[in-house]
Amino acid sequence: MTIDRNARIQDVKSWGDYYLLTIDSPAVGRTAQPGQFVMVKVADTPFPLLRRPLSIHDARESGIELFFKVAGLGTEILARKKAGDAIDILGPLGKGYTVSPDLKGKKAHLVGGGRGIAPLFFLGRALQILGARVTVFYGGRCQADVPLRHRFEAAAFPLLCSTDDGSFGFAGLVTELLGRELGVSPADMLYVCGPDPMMSAVARMARESGIPGEFSLESMMGCGIGACWGCVRRVRNESGDGWVKICEEGPVFPGDRIVWTE
Amino acid sequence: MTSMADLTIDLGFLRLKNPVLAASGTFGYGLEFEPYMGLEKLGGFVVKGLYYNPREGNPPPRLVEAPSGLINAIGLQGVGVKAFAEKTLPRLRAIDTAVIVNVCGSDDDEYVAVVEFLERQEGIAAYELNISCPNVKKEGLCTALFPEPTHHLVKRVKSVSRRPVITKLSPNVTNIVEIARAAEEAGTDAVSLVNTFLAMAVDIETRRPRLANTFGGLSGPAIRPLAVRMVYQVASGVKVPVIGMGGIMTGADALEFLVAGASAVEVGTANFVDPDAAVRIVREIGDWCNGHGVARVRDLVGTVKAA
Repeated sequence: MTIDRNARIQDVKSWGDYYLLTIDSPAVGRTAQPGQFVMVKVADTPFPLLRRPLSIHDARESGIELFFKVAGLGTEILARKKAGDAIDILGPLGKGYTVSPDLKGKKAHLVGGGRGIAPLFFLGRALQILGARVTVFYGGRCQADVPLRHRFEAAAFPLLCSTDDGSFGFAGLVTELLGRELGVSPADMLYVCGPDPMMSAVARMARESGIPGEFSLESMMGCGIGACWGCVRRVRNESGDGWVKICEEGPVFPGDRIVWTE
Repeated sequence: MTSMADLTIDLGFLRLKNPVLAASGTFGYGLEFEPYMGLEKLGGFVVKGLYYNPREGNPPPRLVEAPSGLINAIGLQGVGVKAFAEKTLPRLRAIDTAVIVNVCGSDDDEYVAVVEFLERQEGIAAYELNISCPNVKKEGLCTALFPEPTHHLVKRVKSVSRRPVITKLSPNVTNIVEIARAAEEAGTDAVSLVNTFLAMAVDIETRRPRLANTFGGLSGPAIRPLAVRMVYQVASGVKVPVIGMGGIMTGADALEFLVAGASAVEVGTANFVDPDAAVRIVREIGDWCNGHGVARVRDLVGTVKAA
């Protein structure tokens, strides 16, 4: 975990409210693991005050990519950054997805909803490298919500898209699409990131079909390093369940540890 | 080669390498910040508030950002004093700086129990009595809102403690000097102020409070002028040293508190924004002193002039 105060934005791509930043930061890129996140300082002024947590979309020796949707003042300011701008990032932080060599030759389904697709590209690449059979399920409300479909296709990931309004791919929820596929042939592992109702539905399917799953949780964060205790979620541990800091013990947890409220 | 300014501070009961402490509740148990700084470079740090037993804290959402600030309602989730003494304190002893333990209690007996337990542990420089957290009882109720309960509790804790006691005051009062005097008369060795301001934010779409606890405590640069004013008032009204805090982000901010009357400062919310903020502030204080020909930073304390 490094504070890279002089990371440099190499490239900005956008699709409506969705943005993809390519950032030069060898210090963060070299050590990042799939499912980890960075805390991004969006302004040098005291307003907005706090860094924004964003999951790492991809990482290479030279740096990282961040994919996000404009959701408030912080991401709005971030979206205005241009190639060449310096940016202050703290990371990589947290515990990411398990990328186990045991998955070689096994079927891994990656399920992302909306901006929750963000960490799954890096994860998919890591799984492909070790020889897992990766399928990506990508859902959104409408066609504009699945802007990364070409990127996944270009990287040769088998991709199944769904939209709630049927404007692209399967018409319905990504969980329904996943359910159909699992009905035809089971998977060995599920990796999930998206809104809570979607993730809790996938967690239920995983439990019912006996497939292990890992889920990336989201929360407002104060610090990202375990100091403020602001980002807690209800998670089970050896001594029962309690409020667990997702920046430190997560953001990725096995599905059977998360207490879903949705 | 110019000589470097002397940054040491003598609180009477405790000598600090420099005037910068990291504030309780914003610095975890200290070790969280080891990857980002040498903790020995700080004047000291105040660990997260400890109750006798582990404490669950409030449900989320616990945080909401405010203009130039942060409203939190963590609810003092923590590991409890025994786990702290067993797992964390031994590692803190190895760090050459003042480790101050923030002491909590749901009643006076619990504060006393925490201090009695900690009295048997080595490696603690002082206690900071947290009588001012706004997030653990309804409507922000806490001991520091009233002079008599403050006096009563400080006196009980002092009677069982061989270590210095710093009483942390709430800004959510009409007359903070009255509370500071109550603590002073009860024998507190210093006062620290301010804790967070009781605050609220509402989501107009859902028409619900943004925090599950409804209310929270506002910190950050938004509160700094309010905190400077209170530090000035308290420093003018009591004899014990004052430790000032509230939205300190830079060395200049820290110096403002010292000039207004604080003998030392605590850096809080800035630790969230930059994990190395507290050491940067130490450096900036030194640079300012060197640039202004100030040989000893302690000479600046309380030097504010009349308007």
